[in-house]
Amino acid sequence: MELLGIGPGGWGDDLLRGAWVTVQLALAALSLGLVIGLAMAGAKLSSFRPLNWLGAGYTGFIRGTPEFLILLLVYFGSESAVKSLLAALGLEIDFEMPKFLAAVLGLAVIFGAYACEVFRGAFQAVPKGLMEAAEASGMSPWLAFRRVRLPMMWRYAIPGLGNLWMVMLKDTSLAAVIALDELLRIAKIAGETTRDPLLFFFAAGVLYLIMTALSDYGRHRVEQRARRGMPA
Amino acid sequence: MSVYQDIKIAASDGVCAVIGPMTPALFEKNCARFIDGFWVTIELILLASVIGLGIALVTVLARLSGNPILSTIAYIYTYVFRGTPLLVQLWIFYFGIGGLGEEGLGPILWAFFKDGWNVGLLVLTLNTGAYVAEILRGGLVNVPKGQMEAALAYGMTWLQAMRRIMLPQAFKIAWPAYGNEVILLLKGSALISTITVLDLMGQTRTVFSRSYNLEIYLYAALLYLLLAGLITFAFRRIESRMAG
Repeated sequence: MELLGIGPGGWGDDLLRGAWVTVQLALAALSLGLVIGLAMAGAKLSSFRPLNWLGAGYTGFIRGTPEFLILLLVYFGSESAVKSLLAALGLEIDFEMPKFLAAVLGLAVIFGAYACEVFRGAFQAVPKGLMEAAEASGMSPWLAFRRVRLPMMWRYAIPGLGNLWMVMLKDTSLAAVIALDELLRIAKIAGETTRDPLLFFFAAGVLYLIMTALSDYGRHRVEQRARRGMPA
Repeated sequence: MSVYQDIKIAASDGVCAVIGPMTPALFEKNCARFIDGFWVTIELILLASVIGLGIALVTVLARLSGNPILSTIAYIYTYVFRGTPLLVQLWIFYFGIGGLGEEGLGPILWAFFKDGWNVGLLVLTLNTGAYVAEILRGGLVNVPKGQMEAALAYGMTWLQAMRRIMLPQAFKIAWPAYGNEVILLLKGSALISTITVLDLMGQTRTVFSRSYNLEIYLYAALLYLLLAGLITFAFRRIESRMAG
């Protein structure tokens, strides 16, 4: 138990710091993932065919490929892309992809593919009459989108996005494999140093469980708020 | 077992002899590895999904049995396995429990835990079992309550009513969600490469660590997409048959 304590002898503070990195990672990937998801939903709903193909190809690829593979592909791929860009510019700078950034990109790309489907469903769930009414009241299409469709869409999208958040929070652990010092990797290091891996992986599991339980509670609250005034 | 291994080797040699010349050089060179890993992945998800379904059935029956002890155990099992990352579960079992070694585990358990394949199958099975139990529970909730009451009124026991009346209907409702779960299992199975199993992802990472060529990951992605497509297709076929 001493090993889990706070301070120089214990790893408790290190684990908590790792958990904080995990939370930051998940929040950053959520923000970027929502933007990607909205953009891709727009591409899928657009009347311009090549954009439809882009959206379908993107979501199809991500949904059928292991998250782990995508993360590694993004990590190594972004590094070599930047390297060849630097080389093309004639710059002789050695570049190493920041692990946190790579993990955020990878998780956001995955989140975006699933969020895209949620947004598309929510877009179509907004009753047509509402948009017609907005148009009839003289709103421009953009204003009607911003004032009517987007606020309505959120309410339909929230349950689905809540599920995706839970999935992604757990997927942040994959970043341990690219040696980002988040919760699981800290637990691994602690386990190797103290020769007690079971204790530390178990502790990490408990911390993940606390994070998902809190998220579940938060999700429930947000869902209730989003549903207010809606018929059951 | 060795006959089975021979068949697998012969099959991968055969497949590579046929498709090898049609594929890019980098794939052709490592074709046998890819196909071997592909088999390992297929074996694991087949076994895990079948055994996991059995565990899910037992779990959902325990959960709804009305017995407070059984239902609490079932609840905790699904809660813990759904609330923690699969990678953490794999590492707890392989590095954590397996790390206790022969002196900590005894010869029988050690024989099981020293092999990443066994641990991978165990964890994938427990993980998918927890998710499928929740899916089945969702299906059961959506079967009208009157059906259960009618079955009990006919004199069936609770288990009989579950087996003959409720579960078949719940299964039909839950089928598409179950298909999604098998896809998730397929994608999650890539993580067993972190506990030394040479599944498709494991072979891919080995080849990548030698060549450092990103194309390798794209080939693996295509093979995973192919497998995901086949699973989706199979589930849709069975779904349309169930509906008809």
